Amino acid sequence: MSQDREHLLDLYRCMVKIRAFEDAAHAQFLSGAMPGFLHLYSGEEAVAVGVMAVLRDDDFVTSTHRGHGHLIARGGDVNLMMAEIFGRATGYCKGKGGSMHVADVKLGMLGANGVVGASIPIGTGAALACQFKGEGAVSVTFFGDGATNRGTFHESLNLASVWQLPAVYICENNLYGVANCQREHMNICDIADRAKSYGMPGVIVDGNDVLAVREATAEAVARAREGGGPTLVECKTWRHHGHFVGDAATYRDPAEHQEWMEKDPIPRFGADLVSGGHVTPDDLAFIQAEIASELEAAVAFAVGSPWPTEADLLTDVYTD
Amino acid sequence: MKRMNFGEAIAEGLTLEMERDPTIYIAGEDVGIFGGSFGVTGHGVFQKFGPSRVRDTPISETAIIGHAVGAAAAGLRPVVELMFMDFVGIAGDELWNQAAKMHYMFGGQLKVPMVVRTVSGAGIGAAAHHSQSLEAMIAHVPGLKLVAPATHADAKGLIIAAIRDDNPVVFVEHKMLYGLQGDVPEGDHVVRIGVADLKKLGADVTIVAWSAMVHTALAAAELLAAEGIDAEVLDLRSLVPLDKDAILESVAKTNKLVIAHEAVRTCGFGAEIAALVADEGFDLLDAPIKRVTAPDTPVPFSPALEAAYVPTAEKIRAAVVSLG
Repeated sequence: MSQDREHLLDLYRCMVKIRAFEDAAHAQFLSGAMPGFLHLYSGEEAVAVGVMAVLRDDDFVTSTHRGHGHLIARGGDVNLMMAEIFGRATGYCKGKGGSMHVADVKLGMLGANGVVGASIPIGTGAALACQFKGEGAVSVTFFGDGATNRGTFHESLNLASVWQLPAVYICENNLYGVANCQREHMNICDIADRAKSYGMPGVIVDGNDVLAVREATAEAVARAREGGGPTLVECKTWRHHGHFVGDAATYRDPAEHQEWMEKDPIPRFGADLVSGGHVTPDDLAFIQAEIASELEAAVAFAVGSPWPTEADLLTDVYTD
Repeated sequence: MKRMNFGEAIAEGLTLEMERDPTIYIAGEDVGIFGGSFGVTGHGVFQKFGPSRVRDTPISETAIIGHAVGAAAAGLRPVVELMFMDFVGIAGDELWNQAAKMHYMFGGQLKVPMVVRTVSGAGIGAAAHHSQSLEAMIAHVPGLKLVAPATHADAKGLIIAAIRDDNPVVFVEHKMLYGLQGDVPEGDHVVRIGVADLKKLGADVTIVAWSAMVHTALAAAELLAAEGIDAEVLDLRSLVPLDKDAILESVAKTNKLVIAHEAVRTCGFGAEIAALVADEGFDLLDAPIKRVTAPDTPVPFSPALEAAYVPTAEKIRAAVVSLG
C-alpha cells in the first residue's frame, strides 16, 4: 500500500476537511442560520477517507443520514454541499434534499439517505450494475450498527452473496443507534460475525486508523473486482457529537467518551506522519489553515446564495 | 394482429424491449425457472434470455424492489416483479421513499428508470393477502407512475412504454385477465403513458374504469343498451399521470359520471376522480357522481363472499340507472 508522502498528506487533508466542514456546519446551525437537521460525522473521518482512498472513478458509493464525510471523501465540492445544507438553489440538489439527501451523482455518490438501512439495497443494486458492465467496478455501501438490525441488511447481503455481486459493505459501528448502545440492540459484539450467515467474509477494523481502514477496504475491493463476491467490513469507531445537533448524548458514559476522544483519528494520524518523518508539524498546520479558508469561503458562498423559488418546488418530480 | 393471451402480450413486449436494450433485466420470485407465478416470463422470455437477464430472487421483496432502485440509478433498466400487489408494504420504503423521491431530492441529478410489475385483483379465491387492488397507495406518492392495462394490446403497448420511461413505473396486471385471449398488434406497438382510451362511445353516461373493471363496465354497457341507455366507457389505462382532459371531455358530452373500481371505496382512486370532476366539471354534471366499488373490507375467501365483494355489471347498471 502506498506510503507515498503526497498520498498520505491527501488522506490527512481529507480528514481535516471533513472535520472542518462539520465544525463549520455545527457552528452555523447553533447560530440559528442553518435550517433542518444535522448528523455530524466528526470522529469517523478515518472510515470515509480510508475507504475512498482505494476507489476508482467508476465505483459507486451509497451513504447514510450521516453522510457529509462520505461525500467529501469522495471528492465532493464543499461549496455545493454547504449551499445544499443551507437549502439554497445553488446546492448540489437545488436545495431540495438537504443534509440527509445530499448527493453528487457524477462522483458515483448515489446519495445520503434519510431512512436508516435504506442505502443497503440501493448499493446492492449498483453492484449489480457493475457486474453487468463487467469492467471491474464495485459498489461500496455505508451504514451504521443500528442499520444492521433492519431487514434491508439481511435481504441485501443475502442477495449480494447469492448473486456474488461486487459489493463492499462498510459498517460504521459507532456503538450507538441514537441512544441505544450496541449491547442494547443486539446480542452479539461483532457485527462482522453476521457475515457468516450470508456466506461472505466479515472483517473487523479499527475505524479510527485510516491506514487500517484503507488496507481492509483494499482487500475487499480487490476481491469484488476479481469476481470474488461481497465482503462485510466492520469499522469500530465513535461519533464525537450526539446523534444529531441538539442531542446532548447524555446516554453515553463520559469515561468511555473520553477514551474514544483520545483516539481521535486526525491527531493520531498527524502524529504518526510526523513521527514517521514524512512531515513536520508546520506542514500539518499549513493544511489546517488552507482548509479553514476553504470552509470560510464555502459558508460565504452558501449564505450569499439565493433561495429556490416556488416554481422550483414543482420541478424534478418526474424526469422527461 | 396476433391472437394470444394477456400474459403472452406482456411477454412479447418484454422480449422486444430486452432484444433492443441489453441494460434491461428482469428479477423477481420464480420469474426464471418457474416461468413466473402467472406464467408471463415462461412465454419464451426466460427461455430466450436465460438466468442472467431473467433472475430468480430469494423471497426478499425489500431487496427485490430496493436493489432495482440502485441498479436503475447506476445505469440499468430493471423490470422487477412484486408477485402480488398485496405485498407492496414489504417494499414500502423502497418504492415510496426511495424510488419515488431520489430524482427530486437530488435535484434531478439521477433518474430511476425501473418498472415494477405486480398482480392485482380478486376472483380466484386467493383471499385477503393475495387479492387486493392497491393502486391508490401508489397514486398517492408523487414520483411514481402507474398504469393498469385492460386489454391485450394495451398491455403490450404499456409495458413497452413503461420500460422506455425514465421514471419508476408500477405496471398492474389483474390476475383475472391472464387467461383471456385478445388481439395484439405485431412489432413495435407503444401506448403512451397518460392517455386514456374510449373503449365504447356513448351519449348518456360516462363510465370510467381501468384494468379488469373495464370489461365489467362494457358488460354493464350492454345491459344498459337493452334499457335504451347509451353508456360511454372510458378506460383510463394510466392512473398516474391521469388523462384528466379525456374524463372532462367525456362528461361534457354525457353529463353523468359513474366510476367503477375493484379497490375498496374509501380513498380509492375513484374518490380522486370524483373530487376532480366535482371541482373542474361541476357545471357539466346533471347528477351526482357515483362510485361503484368493493366495500371497505378485506377480500374474503368464500366464493359466496368474493362474488359479493367484486363489483358486477349489474351493480354498475344499477348505479347508472339510479342517476335518473
